[in-house]
Amino acid sequence: MILAIASGKGGTGKTSVAVALAQAATGKVQYVDCDVEAPNGHLFLHPAITERREACLPVPAVDAARCTGCGECARFCQYNALAALGTNVLTFPELCHGCGGCAKLCPAGAIREVPRRIGVVESGQAGTVRVTQGRLDVGHPAAPPLIRAVKRQAGADGLAILDCPPGTACPVVAAVRGCDALLLVTEPTPFGRHDLTLAVALARGLRLPLAVAINRCDTGDRQTEAYCRAEGLPVLLRLPDDRRVAEAYSRGEGMLAARPEWARLFRQLPAAMATLGQGGAP
Amino acid sequence: MKIAITTSGDSLAAPLDSRFGRAPRFLLLELADGSFTLVDNRQNLDAAQGAGIQAAQNLAATGARALITGHCGPKAFRVLQAAGIQVYTTPGAPTVAAAVEAYRAGRLQPLAAADVEGHWA
Repeated sequence: MILAIASGKGGTGKTSVAVALAQAATGKVQYVDCDVEAPNGHLFLHPAITERREACLPVPAVDAARCTGCGECARFCQYNALAALGTNVLTFPELCHGCGGCAKLCPAGAIREVPRRIGVVESGQAGTVRVTQGRLDVGHPAAPPLIRAVKRQAGADGLAILDCPPGTACPVVAAVRGCDALLLVTEPTPFGRHDLTLAVALARGLRLPLAVAINRCDTGDRQTEAYCRAEGLPVLLRLPDDRRVAEAYSRGEGMLAARPEWARLFRQLPAAMATLGQGGAP
Repeated sequence: MKIAITTSGDSLAAPLDSRFGRAPRFLLLELADGSFTLVDNRQNLDAAQGAGIQAAQNLAATGARALITGHCGPKAFRVLQAAGIQVYTTPGAPTVAAAVEAYRAGRLQPLAAADVEGHWA
């Protein structure tokens, strides 16, 4: 089962929940850090990284001798990664999303794809938890291709917990696409709720089975509970604000180190998620 | 010889637009007789990225030999240079006419490199 953890708003506790889910699981489990711009699950899981592979994006290389100057490649590219001035075709690999369209379209067969490094995918073991994470190279602007590489390397072996990036933009879509269920971690504040509504819209657009976890549920207001009720969103986890959890966090330990009795809640969650309907309808 | 000036308006009295890639249009001036046409560049206003690259290709297709604008970034400059278009910058010029006057009087020097940083991608 692939279980994705996302949130909309950052700092609601995605990584804390994802790490606890992985540590509480009894069977075969992996933690997959899809937040490739700032992977941080390793700070709490402390994996021994034993595999490291470069992730590359295929970018165009133009053979000037074959180019007829038709300009099809530059007209096709929505990202302006090619500029055609007659038979002088300039490429801007840093803008390329690696779709391969230019090479397929070129009637002269003058474009071939060459790999360009965008980051690394790392794997290792942390106790019973298999950890896979991506690290986007500094200066590379587009996370989705690396997120897809991370998911490919992890595969769907056992229970896979995907720790997703914050927000509701392309990186999140790349991370949650294809998961079996999505857990949205929120906090009971207006900001948390605002971004939760965006994340719910995203999940419904992708027709993903959906549930909500409310972190620090005894703080803030009651509006988030009311919103979830009105929208028919099952709240499967409520975690209270707890100083011991915060202290464990500051030591680089997951919340189960401070509250081992919560493991039961996390152990039950994947089975509950497996029974959810699409878009949060019970 | 034709030169292009970035502008948000539609005449010589219109303000110079200091942007290149996301300028709404280019005023394409024939230096020999002072006649001009307008080249639309608005399709670039909403481009997610690479507006300067696209604008430079559009400009190259007009046959302009020189560009007067406010600033020019590295990707646009690379395309303009490959197209053989000389780039002049005069961000302080109040109007298209003032920019052209400075160019005609020889007060503008062609750029040897981009004068501003590239964007995030």
